[in-house]
Amino acid sequence: MSQKNIKTISNPKLKLEVLTKEEVQKIHNATLHIIENVGVRFPSKRALEIWEANGATVDHEKKIVRARPQLIEDALKKCPPKYILGARDPQQNLPLDGNHVCLGTDGCGVEIIDIETKQKRTSVLQDVRDIARVADATPEVAFHWVPLSAQDTPVEARGLHELKAVWENSTKHVQTESIYNVHEAKAAVEMAEILAGGKDKLRERPVLSLMQCTAPPLGHDGGSLDAALIAAEAGIPTGFMTMSACLTTGPATLAGTLTVGNAEVIAATALLQLAYPGAPVFYAAAQTASDPRLGVYTGGGPEDFLFGAATNVLADFYNIPLSMGSFATGAKEPNWQAGLEGSLSTFMASVVMSDMLLGCGFLHGSRIWSFAEMMMDCEIFSIIHKMMQGIVVDEETLALDAIAAVGPGGHYLAQKHTRNHMRDLFLPQFLDRRPYTQWEEKGDDARDWALDKARKILKEHQPDPLDDKISLEFDRIIKSVEK
Amino acid sequence: MSEELFKQMAQSIIDGDSDISAELAQKAIEMNIPPLDAITKGFVVGVNYIGDQFGLGEAFLPELVMAGEAMKAAVATLEPELLKLGEARETMGRVVLATVEGDIHEIGKTLVGTMLSASGFEVTDLGVDQPADKIIGKAIEINASIIGMSALLTTTMVRQREVIEEMDKEGLRPKIKVMVGGAPITRDWATKIKADGYSEDAVGAVKLAKELVGKA
Repeated sequence: MSQKNIKTISNPKLKLEVLTKEEVQKIHNATLHIIENVGVRFPSKRALEIWEANGATVDHEKKIVRARPQLIEDALKKCPPKYILGARDPQQNLPLDGNHVCLGTDGCGVEIIDIETKQKRTSVLQDVRDIARVADATPEVAFHWVPLSAQDTPVEARGLHELKAVWENSTKHVQTESIYNVHEAKAAVEMAEILAGGKDKLRERPVLSLMQCTAPPLGHDGGSLDAALIAAEAGIPTGFMTMSACLTTGPATLAGTLTVGNAEVIAATALLQLAYPGAPVFYAAAQTASDPRLGVYTGGGPEDFLFGAATNVLADFYNIPLSMGSFATGAKEPNWQAGLEGSLSTFMASVVMSDMLLGCGFLHGSRIWSFAEMMMDCEIFSIIHKMMQGIVVDEETLALDAIAAVGPGGHYLAQKHTRNHMRDLFLPQFLDRRPYTQWEEKGDDARDWALDKARKILKEHQPDPLDDKISLEFDRIIKSVEK
Repeated sequence: MSEELFKQMAQSIIDGDSDISAELAQKAIEMNIPPLDAITKGFVVGVNYIGDQFGLGEAFLPELVMAGEAMKAAVATLEPELLKLGEARETMGRVVLATVEGDIHEIGKTLVGTMLSASGFEVTDLGVDQPADKIIGKAIEINASIIGMSALLTTTMVRQREVIEEMDKEGLRPKIKVMVGGAPITRDWATKIKADGYSEDAVGAVKLAKELVGKA
């Protein structure tokens, strides 16, 4: 199955073993030990009631839940292993089946390098529209994560304005992490139902997915839990993301940080299954190591790359799809560091077949959007997409006839076999392969070409418009949430 | 004799060992060493050493935090003696820290608190989800020089402005300075809401706080 104007990685030929079966089992056992003995904080009345009704030990004052391993394991068995992320255009539905790696835009940023002035500024609603439109035209982007905070909209309905902006400018699936209270969650579900054509249709083709951040270590945000429960009830795929960081919100060791984050994610996932058995859920993670000198969020570095590969092993163990942080970089502009961190994080997350990658386009620890960075990230994804196809060895690819025809000396340029296969080779958009003198004369590079491409898309691409009636319905719902 | 004890005190801070630093503080009391001497000639030497090493990139953040904890333990042991003598440890100033209303993300703010304490500020950390009146009320109550506010969400960072506007209404500024921080906080934002300063990390926050109290 392939999707219209979307490039996903599937049928991989490369493999990597980052954790053995025994190691995964150890992490799982340690996780269950933490949930049973240390507990996880669930500061939501509704969540605590669900836990209590299912026999967990609840400390109502501290809002800490301790649950037996059996309760967690039984609940997790109810997670559906496969489902689709629906799109406005059903030809762009994405299968989360363990055999597809789908790239999304990165999300929740607060600033943008303005595409015209090239100056950094605070993000606004129009930026959300523009990014959605560019992503709509870009095959490497399979789905949207609401990329930037629309800081010119009222705070109480901001997440809804952002959703509307993306849906009006693209037919691809939308994921958001910016819906984290009951009011907005109910409204978002209503919007998704209208777009999908009804409650049942939304379950079949969930055009929205919701992500919630955990509050590490071993905690959650009350509003996030309530919002997740509302989404799960409606059949909207819901995931909890741990951003556990070595040294600060996680132990200094990689295994420790993986485990503490795992406890956050699977405890919340179990909660959703206890409330709504069989609800589509996913595992989400973007663990990192805090910088030992500054204590800051790094987004990048060898620890991140290992987490990127290890987390899908955990998600596979629980048999649920994964949304993995990749393309995270601490770089302040599209440069060596951004390329390095983007490539290695995305390679490691892809080679283990993480279902969703989040995502392209950001600089400075996922804070600043750059269209040039987005386009170059997409090229990195394409390179990895190509690499994942591996090397095909068969009669045709061994090319014995062509080799015999050319013989010692000569060249392969005039061979039919060459013409048949030359387009299998990767054609870069932004790798500089020009003669030195040409580079010297022009003085431009990948960043200029990437920016030009984004500008061209913004100027020319007209996404399939959203029905005006639906837009008006969205306005009505948003109004009802605004004070 | 006391020279040797001062050295051990400094070392306990460098080692980040709260048990030993508290023990040595108790020993100083028993030996009738003036508590202010124990602090300035003993423990503070260790704090300064770790601070310098940190500045050079040799010491890591956890060492700085543990040194801060060990210092706190020593001072807590000596505090009753200081009170008895009617002496007070000279501090850099009082700071009220809080994560604003509607927001529960506090790791960065907590880190700032630890670093400020380690640098000689008296820190009152109110924790998360704090409304403006609570933050301002506490600052007035303890005669604070600085209010520090954090927020992680663009939907809650607007609360920082509300606190500042309320402070202006009550005429509390510039007597009380305001510093803001958190992942979505930028210099533009800090300027827009008329905060006295902002920092992107805990190390910068200490530098800023010192500037704000005129002790940089």
